[in-house]
Amino acid sequence: MDLQTFWFILIAVLFIGYFFLEGFDFGVGILMPFVSKDEVDRRVTINTIGPFWDANEVWLITAGGAMFAAFPHWYATLFSGFYLPLFLILLALIVRAVGFEFRSKMKERWWRLTADHFIFWGSVLPAFLWGVAFTNIVIGLPIGEDMNFTGTLPALLNPYALLGGLVSLVMFTLHGAIFLSLRTTDELKARVEKTAKLMWIPVGVILLAFALLGYRQTILFEEFGIIPGTLPMIAIVSFLAVIVFMSINRFGYAFAATGATIVFGSLVVFQGMFPLVMPSSLNPDFHLTIYNASSSDLTLTIMSVLAIIFVPIILAYQGWSYWVFRERVTRDAIPRS
Amino acid sequence: MEALELARWQFGITTVYHFIFVPLTLGLSVLVAILQTFYYRTGDIHYKMLTKYFGKLFVIIFTLGIVTGIVQEFQFGMNWSEYSRFVGDIFGIPLAIEALTAFFIESTFLGLWIFGWTRLPKAVHLACIWLVAIASNLSAVWILMANSWMQVPVGYELVGGRAELADFIAILLNERLLVQMPHTILGGFITGGMFVLGLSAWMIIRNQQAEIFLKSAKIALVFTAVASLLTATTGHDQAQETVKTQPMKMAAMEGLWETEQPASFSLFAIINQQEGTSSREIRLPYMLSVLAHNNVTSEVRGMNDIQAEMEEIHGPGDYLPPVAIVYWSFRIMVGLGVLFIIVAFWGLWLWWKGKLQDHRLFLKTSIVMIFLTFLANTAGWMVAEMGRQPWVVYELLLTADGVSPSVFKNSIWITMIGFTLVYGALAVAAFYLVWYFGKQGAHEEEEGVETNLHTY
Repeated sequence: MDLQTFWFILIAVLFIGYFFLEGFDFGVGILMPFVSKDEVDRRVTINTIGPFWDANEVWLITAGGAMFAAFPHWYATLFSGFYLPLFLILLALIVRAVGFEFRSKMKERWWRLTADHFIFWGSVLPAFLWGVAFTNIVIGLPIGEDMNFTGTLPALLNPYALLGGLVSLVMFTLHGAIFLSLRTTDELKARVEKTAKLMWIPVGVILLAFALLGYRQTILFEEFGIIPGTLPMIAIVSFLAVIVFMSINRFGYAFAATGATIVFGSLVVFQGMFPLVMPSSLNPDFHLTIYNASSSDLTLTIMSVLAIIFVPIILAYQGWSYWVFRERVTRDAIPRS
Repeated sequence: MEALELARWQFGITTVYHFIFVPLTLGLSVLVAILQTFYYRTGDIHYKMLTKYFGKLFVIIFTLGIVTGIVQEFQFGMNWSEYSRFVGDIFGIPLAIEALTAFFIESTFLGLWIFGWTRLPKAVHLACIWLVAIASNLSAVWILMANSWMQVPVGYELVGGRAELADFIAILLNERLLVQMPHTILGGFITGGMFVLGLSAWMIIRNQQAEIFLKSAKIALVFTAVASLLTATTGHDQAQETVKTQPMKMAAMEGLWETEQPASFSLFAIINQQEGTSSREIRLPYMLSVLAHNNVTSEVRGMNDIQAEMEEIHGPGDYLPPVAIVYWSFRIMVGLGVLFIIVAFWGLWLWWKGKLQDHRLFLKTSIVMIFLTFLANTAGWMVAEMGRQPWVVYELLLTADGVSPSVFKNSIWITMIGFTLVYGALAVAAFYLVWYFGKQGAHEEEEGVETNLHTY
């Protein structure tokens, strides 16, 4: 395996890790207004991801930094091409973080309501826009000879990309609902379990539509023909397993299953693109590939050594933090004030 | 305005804003860790109250540092795609390492610290805040490594129109990094120190938990006194390094048009960049030679000479930075730096005399210092960044050649206004919260009883 392939895999891992982790905390932010019946419930809901959401977001920052270092042209083309959508994602992430951190600082109703809006919209927008962005990447963008995006904003808002946005939005929401069922108790837990079960069929329909249209719209299945191969099959089976586990009340397994759906679904995207990183819809010669977009071998080698040392350490302490806060959040644990 | 100018304004606005919060978190994280260490070692409940008081303010400020920092990381690609292509092979490394070695630690252990008062053994909980403090400062090291390379490019070779890594060690040990990094971090320590000192002074003036806040005032005084002295000495080192590596920046910092030998130091001047003159000057003879080279008679080159030389090397063009801004930013920074030293040692003297808590003028002055630290930090970065213009990577890439060709004026107007409005609102909210919680004073604590388990 060459260095470029190794770094493509690593960046895929970082984005997939981001979707898996921030996926459920987006879901929690989206569900918070709907599954809570009062202020205490809202605080319980937010506190289920309290110690985690920030570190989950660092997966994105690391993916961005790694992309910059390993594939500067991918980073430059993608970020300048998706200028306004990224601006919206950034604004959303800003208000979301502020919503979490500032919400309980004041008791006034308008203050907390504003924070709730920040958390909700700050979760909805990125959950949707990441799907739009990655769908656009795989369908191909008008990338010119100088590697720069030559299209306009409406080109990014095509129907299939919007459907892709819907896919990530609903999938993260389902993932978040099941996460909440593992972190809450009593009535709130019963409500989120019910929500998750109700969501499964509509989410399945959206996923199916996206996958079937994918044959026509994208390059992802070109190599496979009708039978899509191992990764998509695992994604499909995982998604089917979600409802099975939920119906026998094994929500821990159901969470693993939504996680697997996200992981393998995303893998389909990355594997389908490889070795391209940004296909050009104008001319195959203008495709950005892992080779023409990459950094020098020296840079990739140094980065590889660092990644091999630090990624396992990060996984260890991040995992430990989940272990420390493994207990469910109860209504009694919320300070009365 | 054209897309280039707008992109520069946006980068300037978002960077200056980001850098309001960052230096404060550098110093404040260390001070909160020190306060908690005092609590851990002495068991004095007052230190625990102070840890939570300043810890709460730290989290508010840290949040804004994080969210504005994400914008910075994305903005290189969004607005400066050609710059990113040019520097990515080198610049990307410290950015990626920063995420791997600093951001993950900060975010994970801050979560553990905020929510972990009851869950973790005392020593482990203390270790969490120290890890946050160390990682915050480590992230400064990495980003300054990236910036130092833009100031003084080393360890690269130009291949196919971009800078490629040739010598990683050279970048790690970039001479600019070795002077810029301590100077910037110590500036952050002054900021954190003055913040703790000023808020403590406010509480003492209000006679609210004065006995408790006298303890934090004393810690902050020692911290700030040491940091302010070291900031001055490292600043001097950095200026001497700038004379060697970026003579144009140094000449602009001094408003020095013609080469002088021996060179005088300018105290005041009215700069006219169009005519290339400085008028109504007050100059201290020999001083610049001494400061630049530790030598009374040495030569310091002026902007006209350096401009001519750059034209020879890089072709025709205007290679002057905005001189007046650089000149005055430098004076504001140095003047405030001297003021910080005076205030810190004034406080130490009052403490020695046993009058610290009664000297209202000193206490009030301390409060004002909180605001002046931000001004000094901003001025310092204006010197560093505007003094490098018109280059984005010194003598390798012009700022004008780094901008994204695919991002048009209208888009940048939208994002610039959007960022400015959101940032403005956040500034108001953050200032209000710091004021509100600052005024409340420290929460009474009982040993063994933890209250704020779920803080959100």
